[in-house]
Amino acid sequence: MSNKVIHAFYNDDEVVLDAVKKVKAAHHHIEEVFCPFPVHGLDKAMGLAPTRIAITAFMYGVLGLGVAIWMTNYMMIQDWPQDIGGKPNFTWWSNMHAFVPILFELTVFFAAHLMVITFYMRSRIWPFKEAENPDPRTTDDHFLMEIPVHDNEKELTSLLKETGAVEINIVEKH
Amino acid sequence: MSHYEAPIREPLILGNKSYHDITEDIAKPIEGKANKNWYIAFYISMAAMLWGVGCIFYTVGTGIGVWGLNKNIQWAWDITNFVWWVGIGHAGTLISAVLLLFRQKWRMAINRSAEAMTIFAVFQAGLFPIIHMGRPWDAYWVLPIPNQFGSLWVNFNSPLLWDVFAISTYLSVSLVFWWTGLLPDFAMIRDRAVKPFQKKIYSLLSFGWSGRAKDWQRFEEVSLVLAGLATPLVLSVHTIVSMDFATSINPGWHSTIFPPYFVAGAIFSGFAMVQTLMGVMRKVTNLENYITRLHIEYMNKVIILTGGIVAVAYGSEFFIAWYTGSPYENYTYLSVGAATGPYAWAFWSLITFNIIIPQLLWIKKFRRSFIISFIISIAINIGMWFERFDIIAIVLSKGQLPSTWWRFEPTFVDTGIFIGTIGFFFVLFLLYARTFPVIAQAEVKTILKSSGENYKKLRDSNHE
Repeated sequence: MSNKVIHAFYNDDEVVLDAVKKVKAAHHHIEEVFCPFPVHGLDKAMGLAPTRIAITAFMYGVLGLGVAIWMTNYMMIQDWPQDIGGKPNFTWWSNMHAFVPILFELTVFFAAHLMVITFYMRSRIWPFKEAENPDPRTTDDHFLMEIPVHDNEKELTSLLKETGAVEINIVEKH
Repeated sequence: MSHYEAPIREPLILGNKSYHDITEDIAKPIEGKANKNWYIAFYISMAAMLWGVGCIFYTVGTGIGVWGLNKNIQWAWDITNFVWWVGIGHAGTLISAVLLLFRQKWRMAINRSAEAMTIFAVFQAGLFPIIHMGRPWDAYWVLPIPNQFGSLWVNFNSPLLWDVFAISTYLSVSLVFWWTGLLPDFAMIRDRAVKPFQKKIYSLLSFGWSGRAKDWQRFEEVSLVLAGLATPLVLSVHTIVSMDFATSINPGWHSTIFPPYFVAGAIFSGFAMVQTLMGVMRKVTNLENYITRLHIEYMNKVIILTGGIVAVAYGSEFFIAWYTGSPYENYTYLSVGAATGPYAWAFWSLITFNIIIPQLLWIKKFRRSFIISFIISIAINIGMWFERFDIIAIVLSKGQLPSTWWRFEPTFVDTGIFIGTIGFFFVLFLLYARTFPVIAQAEVKTILKSSGENYKKLRDSNHE
């Protein structure tokens, strides 16, 4: 099987969005679209599933709240109860009011950091990672659509030209 | 039509710009050479910073006694500076988080620098409590770990410990929010870089960002959720800082309006500092087309609003101090006693810089003037410093017994450390302005068609 792909360049966000819709309508598989900035509706047009990263943030927040409850209870109530300013320390519940800021901060801390780490892992971005955009123009002002070729180069090229591509290259993908 | 915006709205990006022009304009300060003014500013800041470092070494080597503190006034310049810097650190996340939730497009030109300012300001703020410990090498004792004498833990009932959690959460969350937004812009610099060393550095900084459609989908969701998390966070931080005072039993501090009033004051001073920095930055980096009169006016409107909240809070504090009829309340920081006593100069500085001068912004001509906005923002920076100084020094200077009436006189070490943090702040900001994309170019490109001057003109002429 050949690893040939077509790289179609566009220089306008509205044109690339229409192009994606047309290519999809012609039943071609779009491997990837590289963009210099987010284009609204592009994910839907490409048929990408909605991201679930917000749900993970909620779960991490619940985890952070749990850690904070455990930590304040273990340190202030169980392990070494301290009577400070006459604040009751017999049960976690009766001392909970003083812990509200800690509970809140740790909820946010866990939700924010673990969500961002999840994003970095899922999108494969981290220090020393090599960039994978095929052309440097895609971080400036060009949009690049990548479509795998299965002996239908001519048909694809003419379709892409019609959709307003400014440059079309057929390249061997490694 | 997906980029429609009402013609009545003024453009946010001036000039005949294309996507590529935005790239060029924002990459220019990084790729070019620094001019003479940059070096002069950098060396002055560096000198101030070194003076501060010297004062810190002197303090740590000799003891806190080298400050002007005494048996009654154990908090003065250090905590004033701490609260001042934390307050300044509030505008960045407010601009990037709250204004994102409200879909304010004008935030895009200034959010990057405002967040940088936040992070650098919180660095400075964090220094003061650590130095005040006297033994900064024991600073890790504030973390929830058992100390070496057994299993005694930190005290979660204490507002000072809440501060540790609030400020470290705020600093770290602001940092990842900022950095995540920077990835596509670092990638832009990386893909343009000609020098191999530069390319290597920006490849590292950009974490290999490639701009896939899925990455952008997640990026936008992450930004939105982070904004949702950062909004209550930014409000909580100064709330908790105010609780350092409000949970104590000193009249003047023990006040239930402190949390909202401190948050409003923080936003007020933070926006003033953004205004100060933007006034300079738009000139030296030639970004006048992106940071426009309109941006300055919008920020001034936020300043009028938050300044108004602060003024009302002052009024109610002053009224309550008088209305209690208690002679002791008459020595709190907003009272007839303070206005006529030995700290009258500090009281009237506060009123002048924080309440009277900002009222000039009601006049549209002043609100849209770069130079007047800049001067007023400096006044507010000074006024907000006096607010914290008054709250701390005036209240502590008058104890319950006449034998506890003392005055605070700063020493050269007090002032030296403060000057040092200002120097350190500007060292960081100047380095940032030379090496980081100072405007979120990927975001600005998304509003070019709706809010760019040329696109708006084109659209309006088609309608007629």
